[in-house]
Amino acid sequence: MSARLSWRVRLRRDKSLLLMTVPTVVLLLLFNYAPLFGLVTAFQNYDPLVGVWHSDWVGFDQFTQLFGDPLFWESMKNTLYLSFVQLVLFFPIPIALALLLNSVLSERTRNFIQSVLYLPHFFSWVLALTIFQQMLGGAGVVNQLLRQHGIGTWDIMTNPHTFALLVTSQAIWKEAGWGIIVFLAALSAINTELYEAAAADGAGRWRRMWHITLPGLRGVIMLMLVLRLGNALSVGFEQFLIQRLAVGHDAADVLDTFSFYYGIATGNYSYGAAAGLFKSVVSLLLIWGANRLAHAFGEDGLYRK
Amino acid sequence: MTNVLSIGRDKRTRAAASADRRARAARPPWQEPPSALGQTAKGLTLSGAVAIVLVPMWIIVVTSFSTPGAINRAGGMVIWPDGLTLEAYREMLDNPTVVTALVVSLAITGIGTLVSMVVSVLCAYGLSRSGSLGHRFILLLLIITMFVGGGLIPTFLVVTGLGGYDQWWALILPSAVSVFNILVLRAFYSGTSSELIDAARMDGAGDWRILWSVVLPTSRAVTAVIALFYGVGYWNSFFNVMIYMPTDSQKWPLQYVLLTYVDRGNGLPGSVNAGFGSTHAQTAPLSLQMAVVVLTLVPLVMVYPFVQKHLRTGVLTGAIKG
Repeated sequence: MSARLSWRVRLRRDKSLLLMTVPTVVLLLLFNYAPLFGLVTAFQNYDPLVGVWHSDWVGFDQFTQLFGDPLFWESMKNTLYLSFVQLVLFFPIPIALALLLNSVLSERTRNFIQSVLYLPHFFSWVLALTIFQQMLGGAGVVNQLLRQHGIGTWDIMTNPHTFALLVTSQAIWKEAGWGIIVFLAALSAINTELYEAAAADGAGRWRRMWHITLPGLRGVIMLMLVLRLGNALSVGFEQFLIQRLAVGHDAADVLDTFSFYYGIATGNYSYGAAAGLFKSVVSLLLIWGANRLAHAFGEDGLYRK
Repeated sequence: MTNVLSIGRDKRTRAAASADRRARAARPPWQEPPSALGQTAKGLTLSGAVAIVLVPMWIIVVTSFSTPGAINRAGGMVIWPDGLTLEAYREMLDNPTVVTALVVSLAITGIGTLVSMVVSVLCAYGLSRSGSLGHRFILLLLIITMFVGGGLIPTFLVVTGLGGYDQWWALILPSAVSVFNILVLRAFYSGTSSELIDAARMDGAGDWRILWSVVLPTSRAVTAVIALFYGVGYWNSFFNVMIYMPTDSQKWPLQYVLLTYVDRGNGLPGSVNAGFGSTHAQTAPLSLQMAVVVLTLVPLVMVYPFVQKHLRTGVLTGAIKG
């Protein structure tokens, strides 16, 4: 019906609706689209004194310098390694927790556990890391107990060798509970009649899980995997920024902190922008590739084919 | 786009749902009774998960209320309450840095959440009427920003280029809009019964009126969840402070104070035994540090119970719906 109206009539009719979107559009243009054009600084030798319009163009010089920078490759290696560790250790936990939680019969208990497990998601990284420091740090509770029992102290918060395990457990503590939400929703959508039929056919507990529950979760698991793979280059920013001092940059520099430290902190803006641009492009390719993979397995992924 | 995230959304009637709930509370007839071993393992795992979250918080709260004597006896963090006192809290509220930071944090959170909510609710409603002029184009404009962004440095250059360095607005406006939140709100507003809206229109209500008196009251739960998401974001923000406002400690929010004085172990300026600026400054007493930690937790724990039961709907509804 509306298609038959001329755009003038529709404009008059939808004037206030359009007006309502103006603040958001302005904010996005200023703080999301303008930086997109600011990406040209990656191809310049940006000088804050003269601005984007008058800085020298240097083509791909920043990128050639970047690819020859051992520090950059070091952060790249750290990023991929941490991403891999997180994928292997973190990814299955919310699924397992959701399965466990789903089998709790008492609704009150289930709600209580859920609300407790969601809570750390709302903590800032500063707060979460402060809590970790107070529990596992040199003067923390664990070391306090170890000392009282005459066992040597255990310095996990500052040890670069176990840093990957440390940050992964921090991420699990903070976000695994929140990750349950989507799996629980998928579980509650599985038709109980399927279980009934399977039981009538003589399928036991484990067979039902294998043939009904897990296939029911397949779509969501795939989607989460695609998102995780697409974000393989973003392992967390504030978490590393805060702990960089304690474990040293060898272990704690990832791509995100790289563009912060060698871009903003040193005033070498173009260099940092180039590192950021490189990361965005590779990330987009990863999302695209992971999505293709999901489609190849016959799943929806991020969007339907 | 697909709708994977919205599966499981309850579309059944309330009666059916409550019957379902009753049925769930009992074990379904086709299921075998649980083995004692399995039941114990399950109980232990879930209690363990809950304990990992709650025990550290308990220890921190108890330590913040402890006397120096109790802390000494425990050899650091206090696990069982021993001597309890409000001394740390009194000292904290006498400390100008902490009080300023608290006011700054509350102001940023309050103003920021208000700005974000007004902007997002308006935009979500503006895009929720199907067939309105240009809503597909604007939606596309929004969704693109979810996938591509300028990144840290170009954003920094734009904000500082607009004169945002050392300005309060730099902590609020660049992160005021979350496209994800707008999409969630929009999904709800699109679902508001069109009979209700048409009836209001018959009565002569314009779009502003409909939004205020029809759509907003019928979607209180999701509005609360989104406000919580924004509020938590502002309350937790510290990185923006770090890059846009790094020098003036009078403008630091609580999270930044927490980082410098508790995590990095610098002394709290103004507390009895601290000297700010020196690396060898004595740190503030443990109870005082933990009191600051508790202070950053309090607003969250106060708001959370009211919103928590709606979280699921807020997160899952129309999450990736185009």
